[in-house]
Amino acid sequence: MLRKTIGLISLVMIVLLIAGCGKTRTSITLAGSTAFQPFAEKLADQYMKTNRNASITVQGGGSAVGVQSAISGAAQIGMADLVELPPEAQQLTATIVARDGIALVLNPNNKVANLTLQQVRDVFNGKIKNWNEVGGANARITVVSREAGSGTRSSFEQIVKEISLAKDALIQDSNGTIRETVSNDPNAIGYLSHGLLNEKIRAIKVDDQECTTELIMAGTYKLVRPIYLLVKGTPEGEAKNFIDYILSSEGQNTLKSNGLIPAK
Amino acid sequence: MSLIGEKGVRRILSITAFSAISALLLIALFILTEGLPFIFRYGLHDFLLESDWDPQTGKFGIFPMVAASLWVTFGAMVVGAPLGVAGAIFLSEFVPKSVMRVVKPTIELLAAIPSVVYGFIGVMVLAPLIRTQLGGPGLSLLAASIILGIMILPTVISISIDSIQAVPQSYREGSLALGATTWQTIHMVTVKAAKSGIIASIILGMGRAIGETMAVIMVAGNSVRIPESPLDSVRSLTANIALEMSYATGLHRQALFATGVILFVGIIILNSIAIVALRKRVYKK
Repeated sequence: MLRKTIGLISLVMIVLLIAGCGKTRTSITLAGSTAFQPFAEKLADQYMKTNRNASITVQGGGSAVGVQSAISGAAQIGMADLVELPPEAQQLTATIVARDGIALVLNPNNKVANLTLQQVRDVFNGKIKNWNEVGGANARITVVSREAGSGTRSSFEQIVKEISLAKDALIQDSNGTIRETVSNDPNAIGYLSHGLLNEKIRAIKVDDQECTTELIMAGTYKLVRPIYLLVKGTPEGEAKNFIDYILSSEGQNTLKSNGLIPAK
Repeated sequence: MSLIGEKGVRRILSITAFSAISALLLIALFILTEGLPFIFRYGLHDFLLESDWDPQTGKFGIFPMVAASLWVTFGAMVVGAPLGVAGAIFLSEFVPKSVMRVVKPTIELLAAIPSVVYGFIGVMVLAPLIRTQLGGPGLSLLAASIILGIMILPTVISISIDSIQAVPQSYREGSLALGATTWQTIHMVTVKAAKSGIIASIILGMGRAIGETMAVIMVAGNSVRIPESPLDSVRSLTANIALEMSYATGLHRQALFATGVILFVGIIILNSIAIVALRKRVYKK
């Protein structure tokens, strides 16, 4: 009985082992920016439909992970959405594949429609504490930001400049939870990737410029950051093919129809 | 059957038993080697008692997080301990055995609910309720305390029940024979005799509350500051590690491991106290 069981188990293991090595698929991994992750997944799906031999895995982790894993080789392609790449990224080949607006978002019940860049700075610094100081209702502002190290946060702070985040700001660890928090709290203000806006929250104008694809492309909406794909050395093989695919008109149109801004 | 003999079975079982212990040792070793060098370099005093946490500019003071963890745990105790102990007394002294056989496992099911689900309920139900009724951002120390208070209920209740039931029946009979009422018997005899077990249950609950991560991240709001009121948002030690680990590199990463060391030491102390308290009860019998 015992012998039989052991025999059976080893048989199953051998079968699994063979099945595991059987196919010769070229597989590449993308890791990094959580803001670009859903788009990369969509693009990978489309790419794999036409290139049946390719297998692309997309992981999140954040822009810092994107840079690190591209350097260490844990991922063939790192994704980063930073305004300025960190110095250690100089050894990597960076390709801008898209640009992304950062939308300032409020609860739909909040009537404030426009903030100047200075007001945004003051709100996030904790200098402006009440909505009535910027033309809203008499209610305390709940500032919602991202955790230290987030690509969206460092881009936001680099663009708005001179931000030292208010101590009482809530911290959420993804675009999704920012959206959830803002949609639940009528007095909240947060920021997230333009591509992830939906009807539960409302993007406001900054310096009278609306956060739309057109205005971002025209360069009048200020809160914009590039999205980089990082490759160690020169891109080649499947990694190069995939980046080329993203930069092709089909890839760029996919990005555009899902809310991102094309690279060119 | 000759394939594995008596000795072989014993060897296999002892390997499995030691693998659990060695896993613990490996984890402890890993956290310590990653975290201790940072503590020595930065200074335990600065690390524990400074209240500026700004990894970008190299400031690593975890005092707000330590304070938050202690407050959240204290809050969870205030919510969970009275409910749990009272529930345990009711279930073991006032309810027929047959009912208890159904109710106790049901309460223990609370422990099987994933913490994400608790957190989700906190975000969707509790936080908006606190915001509209009491003010503040809703995601707060209070919300975290209530959610954690509920999460520790199964631990507190089931260990308390066990220790109350371990009190010999003759104690109760003696007290009742002396003319004490049921309530007098319970609070002057039964609970007193089961005291060490009840305390242990509360301490084990505290360990769970300090160590809980996901639910706290979701409902506590995660601001780095020393709370001034229960309605303030706070960040616990566990939340600090989990929130920033994915982005952290270099010194920042080491600081997070050092945070883990502090947490690890705290939980070990709590659990040792609980084990000592529980052992006392066994010796008494």
